[in-house]
Amino acid sequence: MAANKVVLLDCHFSMFGMRARIALAEKGVDYEYREQNLFDKSALLLEMNPVHKKIPVLVHNGKPVCESMNIVEYIDEVWKNNNSSSLLPSDPYQRSQARFWADFVDQKVRLFIYYLFIAPILCRKRMWLKKGEEQEAAKKELLDALKLLEGELGNKRYFGGDSFGFADVALVPFYTWFYAYENLGNFSIEEHCPKLIEWGKRCVQKESVSKSLSDPHKTYEFIVGLRKKFGIE
Amino acid sequence: MADEVVLLDTFFSMFGMRARLALAEKGIEYEYKEENLGDKSPVLLEMNPVHKKIPVLIHNGKPVCESLIIVQYIDEVWKDNNSPSLLPSDPYQKAQARFWADFVDKKLYDAGRRLCTTKGDELETAKKDFIEVLKLLEAELGEKSYFGGENFGFGDVALITYSNWFYSYETCGNFSVEEHCPKLMEWVKRCMEKESVSKSLADPKKIYDSILVFKKKHGFE
Repeated sequence: MAANKVVLLDCHFSMFGMRARIALAEKGVDYEYREQNLFDKSALLLEMNPVHKKIPVLVHNGKPVCESMNIVEYIDEVWKNNNSSSLLPSDPYQRSQARFWADFVDQKVRLFIYYLFIAPILCRKRMWLKKGEEQEAAKKELLDALKLLEGELGNKRYFGGDSFGFADVALVPFYTWFYAYENLGNFSIEEHCPKLIEWGKRCVQKESVSKSLSDPHKTYEFIVGLRKKFGIE
Repeated sequence: MADEVVLLDTFFSMFGMRARLALAEKGIEYEYKEENLGDKSPVLLEMNPVHKKIPVLIHNGKPVCESLIIVQYIDEVWKDNNSPSLLPSDPYQKAQARFWADFVDKKLYDAGRRLCTTKGDELETAKKDFIEVLKLLEAELGEKSYFGGENFGFGDVALITYSNWFYSYETCGNFSVEEHCPKLMEWVKRCMEKESVSKSLADPKKIYDSILVFKKKHGFE
């Protein structure tokens, strides 16, 4: 039997890439990590993801799997006999709930991106808007989404219940970007969503998570650099 | 204990049709409840408080939301019914099926919406985008009978429910899908021969009428 060859095309600071890394770490899968330059995409990336040309891409024995939560589900299924519990529960109803909340995170991702990158540009361009108006609206929407997630978490240890699961994987990479949002937006997420911050700290205690997430301070510097590139501040 | 299955839906929704189609594939009896999206029912707001959208599948009182999640749920719960699974058992094939269903949602819906609500240059761009997406899907279909291969599957469910909207898109954009994507239209006809499909899809002309009403209401003439 041929050895499993697993390659991950990724970018260190990508929240989507982190999801794939966490899933691979949870299952203890050996893989080759290949950092991609999204401003100069490699021939391999374009070949493996011709449709979207995005990372992450998991290449398993030469065959590509694209879209981060799709990758997570694939990893959970292929390596299901490894010494770790499934990320997705076995009960169909619980599975549907896990998928729903992971999808909710994805639907709201645009808010995070909008807040950090689009709103500041719009503020600058639309001179008739009071300074910061777009930013404030985006910040409110973002906090509303986080509060909803905190409500769903309730008193559970994880979104998955007692075990770290699919929806936790979907959301935890955003935790590493919180520091950047707070600094750039001058607000405290902990103040609005203390239980969510507790959950984040609990997740980061897991080795699979801590070794897969980028450092929050370095992430902040990366985002500042990226914003400068787009002409913000 | 008998299963109680209720579907909150609207007749013209391509998302609702996916749920109907999956239920029909599995031969599940259910109660269909038509929702008025301009005046949402308390049940809908209670069962989908997060998005307040249809479709919502309510199985023994518990809600499942988001059309593709509903289809996967139906496929898993009623997996022993006399019909093949919509999702393949092989993890790689499953990942591919999910990828293309996700692609349909990311690209086709938005282009279609723009086709129905824009004019002039914006409309031309929407038409171009829409046709490009369909061509990519046609290429993915290739020589297969279905996106799922020999059997009608998850990717087919995701896309076929847009086919009864083609008439509306074509009329708004003044173009023909068949002219640009003949193989895709062959696939549509093949799918429509399945009873589960033909009974789950709405009449294309009725969909167009409801779009005209919507356009008038929201000033998109």
